[in-house]
Amino acid sequence: MIKVNSTTRKILIPLFSILAGFLVGAIIMLFYSYNPLQAYGSMIQGSLGSSVSIGETLRQATPLIFTALGFSVANSAGFFNIGLSGQALAGWVASIWVALAFPNLPTFVLLPLAIIAGALAGAIMGAIPGFLRAFFGTSEVIVTIMLNYVALYLSTYLMQDVMPAHFRTSQDATKMISHHATLHVDWLSHMFGDSRVHFGLFLALIALVVVWVIMKKTTLGFEIRSVGLNPFASEYAGMSSKKTIIMSMVISGTLAGLGGVMEGLGTYQNFFIQTASMSIGFDGMAVSLLGGGSSLGILLSALLFSILQIGGLGMQTGAGVPFEIVSIVTASIIFFVGIDYVISKLFKNKDNANKELPKTPIAKEVVTEEKDAQEGGRL
Amino acid sequence: MNWVSIVAIIISSTLVYSTPLIFTALGGTFSERGGIVNVGLEGIMVMGAFSSVVFNLTFAGSLGKATPWIAALVGGVVGVIFSLLHAVATINFRADHIISGTVMNLMAPALGVFLVKAMYAKGQTDNIEQNFGYFSFPGLSKIPVLGPIFFKDTSLMAYVAILVAVFAWWLMFKTKFGLRLRSVGENPQAADTLGINVYGYRYAGVLISGFLGGIGGAVFAQSISGNFSVGTIVGQGFISMAAMIFGKWNPIGAMGAALFFGFAQSLSIIGGQLPGINKIPSVYLLIAPYILTILVLVFFLGKATAPKADGTNYIKSK
Repeated sequence: MIKVNSTTRKILIPLFSILAGFLVGAIIMLFYSYNPLQAYGSMIQGSLGSSVSIGETLRQATPLIFTALGFSVANSAGFFNIGLSGQALAGWVASIWVALAFPNLPTFVLLPLAIIAGALAGAIMGAIPGFLRAFFGTSEVIVTIMLNYVALYLSTYLMQDVMPAHFRTSQDATKMISHHATLHVDWLSHMFGDSRVHFGLFLALIALVVVWVIMKKTTLGFEIRSVGLNPFASEYAGMSSKKTIIMSMVISGTLAGLGGVMEGLGTYQNFFIQTASMSIGFDGMAVSLLGGGSSLGILLSALLFSILQIGGLGMQTGAGVPFEIVSIVTASIIFFVGIDYVISKLFKNKDNANKELPKTPIAKEVVTEEKDAQEGGRL
Repeated sequence: MNWVSIVAIIISSTLVYSTPLIFTALGGTFSERGGIVNVGLEGIMVMGAFSSVVFNLTFAGSLGKATPWIAALVGGVVGVIFSLLHAVATINFRADHIISGTVMNLMAPALGVFLVKAMYAKGQTDNIEQNFGYFSFPGLSKIPVLGPIFFKDTSLMAYVAILVAVFAWWLMFKTKFGLRLRSVGENPQAADTLGINVYGYRYAGVLISGFLGGIGGAVFAQSISGNFSVGTIVGQGFISMAAMIFGKWNPIGAMGAALFFGFAQSLSIIGGQLPGINKIPSVYLLIAPYILTILVLVFFLGKATAPKADGTNYIKSK
């Protein structure tokens, strides 16, 4: 047992989880006689070894920052938004649709319009579970999971049967958007060896700051955090928990929708048929959990996940290790973050070694007997 | 096409598509009745599908016709092992049930495809040669009208699943085990004071869900997809969870809902052959189970129906 102060412990738990996750990956690789050192080496090489790969890593991190922020806002209000991928998909389709519908508008009109369309689509997808939770008490976990599939099938249907035929090049993909709607900027791509890194990166950084300000410096942010900590006390103090719940999901959906916009207007420049829920949804959730929901934490863990994913491709070609080991490592990291109760036993508080540890904000799980009895159940 | 053969096609494909959902949804009822939310059913199905296909490919030569049945049990056992992860994390390590379940869903497809690549050096397995196929009940299939509809060229596994559902209902509502399992899901405190081993029963619930979910995945792989790849199980676990909720956490209800969702899924696949149905865009049939689940949750269930302590960790006082 190591005695540390509480700030250090906050950093040590995710670091320990990351190490343990990589260790699980290494053990599995050893078991199937791959060389983990060579694999992780080529992973670093593949993600940070050249200016192109650094550009691709930054590009990969961009949507993750948005979806992770989306998850963290909802999570602050005590909400588990598993619908990030559906909300991102809605944002992707909507932004591409607008971009294809008005290809000749000037950039300063079309680009914001397409981005706002995507954000709105995400917001609507997020508002549905928020509304149902606020007024009917329906579990947002189930509703968002179900809506992910609705979004998945609807996106294909919208593209194949509802969009005008001249938007498509085939039944599987739309045309490329015009240069008036793209987030791609030449100087940035050139700086990173003609990679697909795009202007959205700066939007993501702005979003990190804006969300931090909203959550920490505004009344709305205070209400969201307060409802997340104790909906009954917040209601008693005169806050409308219904309004706050819906607002938090609208913000969350907006951010996830923007994540989809980044993929649409930035990375791919078109929409093509998706056969499974978008990975930036679940990855964003993982990024947010690892980053402890804070803006700085999200930035760092989004970069780590991007290094894993872009590096994973390099690992497959460089060391012959299947790419899937990346997802195994990712899942393991989140597993260790999830069992932080056990890991935190390793690191005792220096100042008050005997006291029970304060839980991190992920923690709606520990419902102690006293709390349940006094509050008369949960909202 | 006469109406008997139309109905027969609908019934038999409904049964085929429902079977994996029935098994998995039944698994879900056991886990959640014990108080552990299991959104990892999808991941459990993936592991069941993966292991059964590998077993089937390896042993089809020596086991012959019995292969898919034994492989289904193998899938169940692997499901139990995989669900141990969820059990340890949520019961002993106080992890959030949704996080732990999501980890399983992220882990399973990656692990499955990784192992397939490590074993076969390609991204998906070959097609299996021994699958569940179709079965005609001797004697019963000769009955006029009813025979061809229900008992000829149909899925034997579906009838097994229905029997398992009835057994699960009996186990949950008519036995001491079921009463205790439900009590740790409703009020673990009270159960503990009466000397019931809360952790033990919660383990039992999760592991049973692992077994049934694994069988569900194995049945899907060996009767519908025929091989294993990253796209084998996409959403069936979540539909099963929806069926469990639709069925109000009751095994018979879950079975009924799974049959209904199987019907909706099969309509979207065989709809093209059916007069009337082929005019409806298939997207409506595809999204119907999900929309229905949301509507049912909103209008019929509210928040009161789930086991009271579902999703909460029980921390035994010292």
